[in-house]
Amino acid sequence: MNYFADVRALARKDLLLELRARDTLPAMLLFVVAVFVVFHFSLPAGSSDLAAGGLLWVAIVFTALLGLGRAFVPEREQRVLDALVLAPCDRSAVWVAKSLATLAFLAAAELVALPVFALFFHGLDGATIAAFALADVGICAVGTFLGAMAIATRARDLLLPLLFLPLAIPIVIGGVGASVVASPGRYLAFLGLYDLMFALVCWAAFEYVVTE
Amino acid sequence: MGQVGRLARIPLPALAAASVVLVTTALAFVFFVAPNDQFLGFSQRIFYFHVSIAFTAYLAFGLGAWKALVHLWKRDPNADLESYVAIHQGVIFGVLVLVTGSIWAKYSWGHWWLWSENQLVLFLVLFLFYAAYFMLRYSVDEGPQRANLCAVYALFGVVLIPVSFLAIRLSQKFIHPVVFTRHGANFGGWIMVTYLITQAAVIVLAYTLYRVELAGKRLDARLRLLRESYA
Amino acid sequence: MIEAQKLGRRYGAKRVLRDVDLTLPDHGFALVTGPNGSGKTTLLRICAGLAVPTEGRLSVRADRAQIGFLAHEPLVYRELTALENLELYGRLYRVPERRERIGMLLERFGLWEVRRERVSSYSRGMTQRLALCRVLLHDPALLVLDEPYTSLDAQGADLLDAQLEELRGERTFLVSTHDPARVDRFATTRLALA
Repeated sequence: MNYFADVRALARKDLLLELRARDTLPAMLLFVVAVFVVFHFSLPAGSSDLAAGGLLWVAIVFTALLGLGRAFVPEREQRVLDALVLAPCDRSAVWVAKSLATLAFLAAAELVALPVFALFFHGLDGATIAAFALADVGICAVGTFLGAMAIATRARDLLLPLLFLPLAIPIVIGGVGASVVASPGRYLAFLGLYDLMFALVCWAAFEYVVTE
Repeated sequence: MGQVGRLARIPLPALAAASVVLVTTALAFVFFVAPNDQFLGFSQRIFYFHVSIAFTAYLAFGLGAWKALVHLWKRDPNADLESYVAIHQGVIFGVLVLVTGSIWAKYSWGHWWLWSENQLVLFLVLFLFYAAYFMLRYSVDEGPQRANLCAVYALFGVVLIPVSFLAIRLSQKFIHPVVFTRHGANFGGWIMVTYLITQAAVIVLAYTLYRVELAGKRLDARLRLLRESYA
Repeated sequence: MIEAQKLGRRYGAKRVLRDVDLTLPDHGFALVTGPNGSGKTTLLRICAGLAVPTEGRLSVRADRAQIGFLAHEPLVYRELTALENLELYGRLYRVPERRERIGMLLERFGLWEVRRERVSSYSRGMTQRLALCRVLLHDPALLVLDEPYTSLDAQGADLLDAQLEELRGERTFLVSTHDPARVDRFATTRLALA
């Protein structure tokens, strides 16, 4: 059970860092509310409720992207990632911990964003909430992984959205489908499948992203 | 490495000649031998190429992922370059899928783009994904780290293909009511023969281009090393 | 403990390390000298396991738990306190009697008073001393130190001298410096990079 101890120590570190810095979460909240206001003005009269519901997924994906871009910043400055790589723990534990921390922030942002959306546009049903829960896992797992890749490059912040969005398309499809269709079971199952497959690949491959 | 070793030993001129022969034969079959499609007429013929190119692109991405795995697992020094070239070919052929698909869509249904065509949409997503591969590659200095990052990304791609395909199929239920019902392809007789010849031609052509590019890149690398050791 | 033959490393087209041979026996002290840009840092990173050589062969008979690496950067989180940083590394390295050992090191390097303050408030010298604590925390068998005296204030340098004095002969050292005078007396092997 050393692995879990490592993950816990690392995740605790990530949460502590964000609580001290207090910049990512407030930025995400402000961003998502601003995006909702933009949506209001982007939807001409006569647009259906469904359009707003679909746009909600866009908002969440881009808000997540904002947070993901900050995920490895503490490790990037002054190369602290080297110290984590040198440690005898399994390198994938670094990814698990960082994903869990990012998931916590994304969930916290949604705790505000979803009610605000309900206020501005329309209520959300259980299937949509479940879809967000499943989608968040996928977004954080894949996004954190790609974030680690991006910091090794010159382009960094420029590259993360380019790497992330194609992989986010299936998540958006699953999520919007679950929100919109009468029987969302298939879409929720799909989101679960996405999470499973990509989490597996991320877990196995993270070692190679941070070492040579 | 065994069976690829044998393939790699086929000389390039022989491959080039085979490509020319096969492609000419395929063109002949597509335009003269294959029967006219009863619904879509002459324009349907591009479909032989469209499907062949699509399948070849999948093969190329698959080869890229396989070589990526070989790189990560066996540390084969050639694998990184082979993976890159395979993916490059995959993207080239992928763009051709979009182009042939678009032409087919225009002549069959009157639009240059159809969101209801799963294959087209899938290739659009894959194009975005693999285009980012090149952005990634050119954003890192050459070396073990770049090879690792690209290899991992190539593996992601191969997982993305079936997942996206499934997603796009699911999305059709709420994006578009199924408007265009395509006739089930009657894969009998000459249609099958024409398709197989075209498919073989495109695969051989793709492999030839792959070998050409690989040889060119290897030469580049060797030149650079020589230049540097004389510096 | 370390055997390197014809080690080389390229970054893109740039050759950073060329044809380096190094044999470091257990409990030895290797001193690597050379001007800036001669590849000292690259060599140390390779020996510590952070980079792979692009040419040559390397064998290091120590696993990650037994290696301590002091880099140019202190490798500590600036927004955490000294205590929190060492706690994290202590857990990751499964240091036995973690609390006691952390306390002992902080005290030895004169950081006990500021242990609950964020590293961002430390001076350069203090941060480097914390980095030394990090390196020594898990009592590694192989210590790879990249220019350890830079950024150290006078007090820190004396503390480091004392530490090296205490551990020489008991641990294996691979140390790079551009001021060999200070550490030359410890060296059993010397390597000068061009």
